[in-house]
Amino acid sequence: MLSMSTNNLSYNDQGGSDSAVEVGQETTPTSSNAGAGFGLFSTNFKKNDDLKEMLESNKDSLKLDAMKRIIALIATGKNASELFPAVVKNVASKNIELKKLVYVYLVRYAEEQQDLALLSISTFQRALKDPNQLIRASALRVLSSIRVPIIVPIMMLAIKEAASDMSPYVRKTSAHAIQKLYSLDPDQKEHLIEVIDKLLKDKSTLVAGSVVMAFEEVCPDRIDLIHKNYRKLCNLLVDVEEWGQVVIITMLTRYARTQFTSPWKEDGLFDENSETAFYESDEKKTKNGDEKKSYMMDPDHRLLLRNTKPLLQSRNTAVVVSVAQLYWHLAPKHEVGVITKSLVRLLRSHREVQYVVLQNIATMSIQRKGMFEPYMKSFYVRSTDATHIKSLKLEILTSLANEANISTILREFQTYVKSQDKQFAAGTIQAIGRCATNISEVTDTCLQGLVLLLSNRDETVVAESVVVIKKLLQTQPTQHSDIIKHMAKLFDNIAVPMARASILWLMGEYCERVPQIAPDVLRKMAKSFTSEEDIVKLQTVNLAAKLYLTNSKQTKLLTQYILNLGKYDQNYDIRDRTRFIRQLIVPNEKSGALGKYARRILLAPKPAPVLESTYKDRDRYQLGTLSHTINTKASGYLELSDWPAVAPDQSVRNVEVIEPVKEWAPSLGKTGKSKLSKSSDDKFYSDSGEEEEKEKGSGSSSSDDSSSRSEESSSEAESDEEKSSSQSSEESDKSSSQSEKSSSESDSEQKKTTKKPPQKKTVKPTAKDSDSDENGNVAKETSSSSAEETSSGSESGSDADSHSGTECKKKTKSKAKPKVSGPAFVPEKRHDLLHRMTGKGLSAQYQFPRQPCLYQPTMVSVQISLTNTTDHPLEQIHIGDRGPTGLDMHCFNTVECLLPEASVTVSLGVDFNDSTQAANFQLCTKEDQFSVSIQPAVGELFLPATMTEQDFRKEQGKLLGMNESSATITMAAENTTRQPISRQVATVANLGVVPSGQDNIHRFAGKTASSGAVVLVTVELRESSAALITINTEKSVMGPMLLRDLKRALTRA
Amino acid sequence: MINSLFLINPSGEMFLEKHWKSVVSRSVCDYFLEAKEKALEPEDVPPVIHTPHHYLISIYRDKLFFLSVIQTEVPPLFVIEFLHRVAEMIQDYFGECSETVVKDHMVMVYELLEEMLDNGFPLATESNVLKEMIRPPTILRSVVNTLTGTSNVGDTLLTGQLSTIPWRRAGVRYTNNEAYFDVVEEIDAILDQSGTTVFAEIQGVVEACVKLSGMPDLTLSFMNPRLLDDVSFHPCVRYKLWESERVLSFIPPDGNFTLMTYHVNAQNLVAIPVYVKQSISFFECGSDGRLDVTVGPKQTMGKTVEGVMVTVHLPKTILSINLTATQGSYTYDNGTKLLVWDIGKLNPQKLPNLRGSLSLQAGAPKPEENPSLNIDLKIQQLAISGLKVNRLDMFGEKYKPFKGVKYITKAGKFQVLTITASINKYT
Repeated sequence: MLSMSTNNLSYNDQGGSDSAVEVGQETTPTSSNAGAGFGLFSTNFKKNDDLKEMLESNKDSLKLDAMKRIIALIATGKNASELFPAVVKNVASKNIELKKLVYVYLVRYAEEQQDLALLSISTFQRALKDPNQLIRASALRVLSSIRVPIIVPIMMLAIKEAASDMSPYVRKTSAHAIQKLYSLDPDQKEHLIEVIDKLLKDKSTLVAGSVVMAFEEVCPDRIDLIHKNYRKLCNLLVDVEEWGQVVIITMLTRYARTQFTSPWKEDGLFDENSETAFYESDEKKTKNGDEKKSYMMDPDHRLLLRNTKPLLQSRNTAVVVSVAQLYWHLAPKHEVGVITKSLVRLLRSHREVQYVVLQNIATMSIQRKGMFEPYMKSFYVRSTDATHIKSLKLEILTSLANEANISTILREFQTYVKSQDKQFAAGTIQAIGRCATNISEVTDTCLQGLVLLLSNRDETVVAESVVVIKKLLQTQPTQHSDIIKHMAKLFDNIAVPMARASILWLMGEYCERVPQIAPDVLRKMAKSFTSEEDIVKLQTVNLAAKLYLTNSKQTKLLTQYILNLGKYDQNYDIRDRTRFIRQLIVPNEKSGALGKYARRILLAPKPAPVLESTYKDRDRYQLGTLSHTINTKASGYLELSDWPAVAPDQSVRNVEVIEPVKEWAPSLGKTGKSKLSKSSDDKFYSDSGEEEEKEKGSGSSSSDDSSSRSEESSSEAESDEEKSSSQSSEESDKSSSQSEKSSSESDSEQKKTTKKPPQKKTVKPTAKDSDSDENGNVAKETSSSSAEETSSGSESGSDADSHSGTECKKKTKSKAKPKVSGPAFVPEKRHDLLHRMTGKGLSAQYQFPRQPCLYQPTMVSVQISLTNTTDHPLEQIHIGDRGPTGLDMHCFNTVECLLPEASVTVSLGVDFNDSTQAANFQLCTKEDQFSVSIQPAVGELFLPATMTEQDFRKEQGKLLGMNESSATITMAAENTTRQPISRQVATVANLGVVPSGQDNIHRFAGKTASSGAVVLVTVELRESSAALITINTEKSVMGPMLLRDLKRALTRA
Repeated sequence: MINSLFLINPSGEMFLEKHWKSVVSRSVCDYFLEAKEKALEPEDVPPVIHTPHHYLISIYRDKLFFLSVIQTEVPPLFVIEFLHRVAEMIQDYFGECSETVVKDHMVMVYELLEEMLDNGFPLATESNVLKEMIRPPTILRSVVNTLTGTSNVGDTLLTGQLSTIPWRRAGVRYTNNEAYFDVVEEIDAILDQSGTTVFAEIQGVVEACVKLSGMPDLTLSFMNPRLLDDVSFHPCVRYKLWESERVLSFIPPDGNFTLMTYHVNAQNLVAIPVYVKQSISFFECGSDGRLDVTVGPKQTMGKTVEGVMVTVHLPKTILSINLTATQGSYTYDNGTKLLVWDIGKLNPQKLPNLRGSLSLQAGAPKPEENPSLNIDLKIQQLAISGLKVNRLDMFGEKYKPFKGVKYITKAGKFQVLTITASINKYT
């Protein structure tokens, strides 16, 4: 593969242009294509022409090579559609890799070659019925990716079927297919919505993200489809894969804005007090108290906030920001603070991530300074930051500035102004200007600082300073004639048009303060008028007009000269302005009534410009969206609605019990109607309870309350921690939100329920979660013993569970069937097969490596090392006649030549048929034959098995009576602890250690190599070094033999 | 969601394209190339570009642009995060992420991209799952493949994608079961001219290399978890248990992964391992200057500071420099004006010093900007925050794993601001 793709590349490099391929693929190469390029092209032609032949050959490897080259063409953007007929023939290939590549090709070109693409459809239709879920899924995936309108009905059918597939993975694929079909044929919308509705009800975490994505794309307005699934989505959220989380959170944000009332107080939006409440916990309580009187948060609203919060710790930055925006748009003001830290953390991430996060922070910081102020230093600009990052940080720092921190910020700004990045320095100057207008205390300081910058060497800096000073002076024009004079002096040296224009404007506006200088400036301008930029010309005309009005004696001629120049200017704006000004100020017979007011018009006091952030209006877009980033409405953007004044009916989210399985359902439904608020809480569980109910197939009780309890305990029993914890959170939700008391209640309730089962079911520390404080330590101590005691009930529960896909991450139960594991111990002991005396110099030894045999699983592998002790090479060592015993053997390959003093190890597989009968055969060399035999110890006929203590017991229970052999022995003194016993047993027999909860009982398990019968060994220590060895196996001959061997090993010192 | 992906090299050549929906003409990249032309540095290209019909979201990484084409509203971070995953995947599969590597493995990269997204929505982004479907190339395997004609595409049907533990594949077996954790801490700091800390914080990351058989359930606890101010986890970590008990409980992915990243907010209590005495000065008139930098160990907790490197961006007006280092060596690139002084190990007895003269271009005015020094360093066997791993417990499997923890402290963005003194030549 490597070589092929490189070939291609080298070709691409040579060709260097897209046309090369096209030319190459033409049926008749243009012979007129002479010149230097010709040789190149013709070779290319050859290279690609053989692709077709390769595809039509019989060899998979050739086809594969061809496909790889074709895919490489596609990947580089070359056109390979010519080969479609040849490729599509291979769609039914048996070779998986080839098939995959053909699929890739099909998806790429089917749209262009619709008729031919249809040839492949039947293959996919067949694959849709495959018993293997992955094949079904991949068939649906490719089928739906072929954008051919004719097959819409087929796709629709396939999607519908896949949506009710057993496998959650296939259902996930069908959710993806919905979007594809919708983009192909929007008319199918209604049918697709039905499928979406069905899939939304799915309880698998695999499906959730994908179906919500489909929902967002196909019918984002059908919010009613979400109601019933809202709580389930909230609860599943943590376990959904990260990309799904983003989509679900964004959707739920929109949902919540339509369904819940605003948690913000009337005056909340810009209320800084509520922020301080976040930092001062005392105040918080009273605030909460106040709030509660008027506003009660819907428990569902709370559920969403609570279940998304952990995701702030996600490694996926998109998830973090989506949670942040959810809190920003949905949480009460005093709770929004929790997102700050996470957002600041993201600033350590990649540059592009920083960019988006900073934009969002910029928008937030305008409304809520307090949130980010403690992290001000995180927004300090580093010299290594990219330009757009720098300006965003400036933006945020400016927004964060207040009386208290302004001096720190200004000091920071001072260093930025000196930056080599002049664009950034200019930005800093603007930022200083904004600070100066926003915080009146520092206006003077800033102004002085800016004036100092006027003597900066860099033009951009000076120009920007001029512009900013102009704006600042407007706000307080009085005692600043010095500055204006200073700027007039600088005027000759400044070339940046904007700055020149600004100075001219200042001169004109405050010409009365600088009566000496202004006319002189105008004189200079009159000289250079023609060569100025338009914006400067306009201001010159303005200056002339203003001076004419105030100081006509000195400037009359100059003004007229400038107006004449302006009259013939190339720019119509300037011509217009000139004409207007002339009419306005120069008295003549035609000038109307306006002339009288010229002074008032031109010299009216003007309001100072407001310097404000460019992020001011960004909050009209939902944070974290593309629209927010680009500050325009992106296509497909969904508006975030305002909070409803009155909350819509809450009960729509109650999940009705549709499944007929439940006996207690009717009673629940009834209470739901009679007592609305209470039932909503009760039914809170019913959603997640439902599935428990199904899985367990148990539990029916008349009162809702106790039924929900029993469900809860059953969920505990499954050590299904995610769910149980979320249930507990629901429960505390129910007891109405934030109050401490209720949450502790729910904790204690949980403790009760966890203690209910007779033994601790919580194998892993994770299972204890919310009651962890007390149980944590206990569980750790007992975990080794409890691991084996997990009830079989929970086992079956989890199996059933996996269909619905709601099982939590911790399902790592072992299978009931013992699994073969690696050997615990490999004895070094070698046995003589052939002594060198009898073997005429050839010596052979064998040993049992205790590895599963490669040749056949029923065989025991034997290693034979052959050594040549003669002084001449031995040739053709092989196994000859096997003798009459008929043991199945896998011989080693003939050793052609064994040099003197050399040795070689070969391996052999022997099926001993679970007996210790010796394997007799002849070891042959070129000249001689030696009869040898391998006599296996009984312990070598096993393979170790891993199983839990509990499985061990189960198996043991099946192998009593005849199948049990036992003996009491006196152990050697040093053999009374775990390790020596394990070692001794492992030396004798190839068995696996079964973890045991009791110190005095040691268990070992294995199965026989040939028939796979289970062999269980129990060594139970009694008082004073007595021990009871029990062996359970259906192999009634092997049992006693093993027992004898073990007895010998364990009694031996 | 994500419509197309283009890989573009710094010279603007699009050498790979992949479309997950209808094909988008590559001419759409022209808008991007235009923006790229405008930007001074590749880093300055705006990550989000708005064109009349499409939105272009790009990342720049390992000298490559990953440009995705979007047609409808989607959280930009969603795309950015995904693009970084693509880059990481390439890195993970082929050892590095570069143009040559992608061109060499064009077909495999294309197949991987095909698996990563379905209709523009992420399908399999976990490297464990991907590796089960398409095996990464190794030298041995490529030899075997050419000999036997077998392929890299997994012929077993994968299971990882189907389980609720998507990050771990089933049936992992190792003869040596081992779990290693590297606690790597980076100090971000800005020191001012006098050596006082303007800003300092510690960012840490726990990198894990777990090679354990079966389905181990691990619990990692710290001696002092309170130190951790803000954390983010690999999805395998059970957040609730962290909340309640401050332990990390997880079923690990197989192989290398980042278990958690954390932030230690100690503000000014961060121990700064080195101090820097420096002055860069220019004569008021004339075209000469002096540079004098000394680095010494400060709070190192008895450990040796290694791999010390000082990088200075000298002002653009510098013509040439003539320096001598008492330890290590320095390189200077006159094009970029980048001075790099590679010191190596820090010896407290004999402090390394770099001094000498700088000459400015004739007639150029005295640079007014203070070049800042960027320091790079490394301390083995020390987590500067004092974080310590307490213990690692394993549940769910019966064997005894080999466990190991390593601590490393490095400099992150470690800047020292300098004094630019002006010297009157005649005094």
